[in-house]
Amino acid sequence: MTDPLYVQTLDLACGAFLLTGVLVLWRRDLAAIIWLFALQGVALGALIAVRGLHEADVELTVLGLGVGLLRAVLLPYLMRRALAAGEEGREARPHVSVAASLLVTAVLTMIAYAVSQPLVRLAPTPATQAVPIALTVLLVGFFVLVTRRRALSQVVGFLLMDNAITAAAFLTTTGVPLVVELGVSLDVLLAVLALQVLTTRMRAAFGGTDLDELRELHD
Amino acid sequence: MMIVPVALPLAAACLYALFGWNRVTAWLGALSAGGLLAAAILLARAGEGSGLWGLLRVDALSAYMLIVIGVVALLAMLASPGYLRAEAVAGHAGPAAARRYGIFTQCFVAAMATAVLAASLGMLWVAVEATTILTAFLVGHRRTRKATEAAWKYVVICSVGIALALLGLVIVHYAAVHAGLSTREGLDWVSLAGHAGRLDPGVTRIAVVLLVLGFGTKAGLAPLHAWLPDAHSQAPAPVSALMSGVLLSVAFYAILRVKVISDGALGPGFCRLLLIVVALASLAVAAALLIGQRDFKRMLAYSSIEHMGLIALGAAIGNGLALAAVLLHILGHGLGKSVLFLGSGRIQQAAGSSRIDEVRGLGGQAPGLATIFGLGLLALLGLPPFSLFASELAIVRAGFTAGLGWAVAPALVLMLVIVAGVGGTAGRMLLGQAPPGAAGGLAIRLRGAGVPLVAGLVACAALGVTLGPLRPLLESAATIATIGPPAGPVGGAR
Repeated sequence: MTDPLYVQTLDLACGAFLLTGVLVLWRRDLAAIIWLFALQGVALGALIAVRGLHEADVELTVLGLGVGLLRAVLLPYLMRRALAAGEEGREARPHVSVAASLLVTAVLTMIAYAVSQPLVRLAPTPATQAVPIALTVLLVGFFVLVTRRRALSQVVGFLLMDNAITAAAFLTTTGVPLVVELGVSLDVLLAVLALQVLTTRMRAAFGGTDLDELRELHD
Repeated sequence: MMIVPVALPLAAACLYALFGWNRVTAWLGALSAGGLLAAAILLARAGEGSGLWGLLRVDALSAYMLIVIGVVALLAMLASPGYLRAEAVAGHAGPAAARRYGIFTQCFVAAMATAVLAASLGMLWVAVEATTILTAFLVGHRRTRKATEAAWKYVVICSVGIALALLGLVIVHYAAVHAGLSTREGLDWVSLAGHAGRLDPGVTRIAVVLLVLGFGTKAGLAPLHAWLPDAHSQAPAPVSALMSGVLLSVAFYAILRVKVISDGALGPGFCRLLLIVVALASLAVAAALLIGQRDFKRMLAYSSIEHMGLIALGAAIGNGLALAAVLLHILGHGLGKSVLFLGSGRIQQAAGSSRIDEVRGLGGQAPGLATIFGLGLLALLGLPPFSLFASELAIVRAGFTAGLGWAVAPALVLMLVIVAGVGGTAGRMLLGQAPPGAAGGLAIRLRGAGVPLVAGLVACAALGVTLGPLRPLLESAATIATIGPPAGPVGGAR
């Protein structure tokens, strides 16, 4: 892959990665949020595959396909099943309004750029210069996690953070050792399964998945 | 040999999956925990080595942690059959729930053993996150509203915290690759510690903050400690004992390893300041919520936050004496806290509640259990002859000799507040007047179930008097935690 083409496709993948992350804050329809998450998985897989093609690294390219399958197909499938089990298709009124959330995102982006300066400075390549994007998505994921009220939205927030960390791993280096990457993917899959089981129990015990109902335990 | 501590509990988990939980298999967990302890002692005697294609590695520090896991798991597993029998009688757990309990507890122990034996930061992370998922089902064991709420918060907060550690790990790996290490070596403890001086300071600084906060979440340290009291108060008592007695310390073990790398790359000041802030914040949180605490399981949970704060303070001081004290404190706290959680499980089952008001005057109704509980609390408050007295004294002394009196003094004040808070609560609970209408309602016959409790207390007191054969292991483990693993080629497979 030639250099200008590499840089352009890499930036395209990173742009799609960021855009899908921010749009999650905009939509309140849970099915649409799952679609956006799946699209982000495609962008992440593409990002890794592009890195693999550029480095002429077959293992990395295959890994990109695997990550794409997990995050664009398997995890969205699991979440859609969890959504179908219940009735609530929409996010309840979030604690922070959509307009305010998008403004917060702008601030989070600036924080991400400021914090990642030392990371870019160590080795300024096209890939590491995109690390602030990964950190932005990480912060957006955290913001979704703390401001949304549905159980499924919290799961999406957690997975956005996880996508962002995976992106950071493949933007800074050619990825952590394969054993670790496989272990991390397995852990994420199991965490989502565990949260799905707990969502079912929550629905049985509380009659819904509004997290504001969770306030029996306190001092 | 190195695979035994992981394989034994996994084998026991398979047997539980096949045969379920019955009169015979109920003791399988204790058997596997005993085997784990024996394997840990053999590994400690054998010295350093690596195995399983370099994925696992044992040195004095990991062998010591493995012994702590073995001891606490043995106590918890000895108490499990009695606990589950009482749950079944009360109608809280059927055979399917008991089978799940067997499978998940054994996998949980295996994951902790993997975490301390992992040769690299990456493997350690995978194992620690696995413990979160496995214990989530144990926390939610009773499936009540409270249990489900606790399990949800536990998984979400811990997964987010540990995700920060994953980002830290990714960034360390980046720094290591640019310092000339290969992808495979880039997360390995020995090569990272050996080449720490070449890591880029700016990048490493970000990574260390993320790793300490991330693993600190699992270790129950402020600011991300909110899951701990909920999870520990809702989990079945033997699981609370395992989580509080050893899972927190396993997560802190990761911070000890990270600290060695941080000291090499950034000098000792950076990690020290970070740990002091975290430690004092944890002590303050614990002190604030231990005063007037109304639930005895939550009281024990906040006391865990206090002790992890003390351990973090000891690690921050960072000289040989302080780290030896930290390691002794980990073992002493594991013993004392598991005895208390196991005892609290009996009280909760008898009283049907974990509210202190409903078990007032325990001493008059169940003198045996009340004595054990009282002695356990004295151990946790750091009174002699228990080993926590010796380790707390050593941490304080090390702090003043290292010129960190400004950090140790507020910690001492907070500890005094905690002694007053816990003492007052314990007085009401153990010595107060029984509530009217509850006369004789708490008749708890301990019989065989008292054996692990007394054994734990005796061991904790014995450690306070003499370290015995543990001394050489503790000293070399403290050296590794102070200055890092000895450099040089690592021995071949065993």
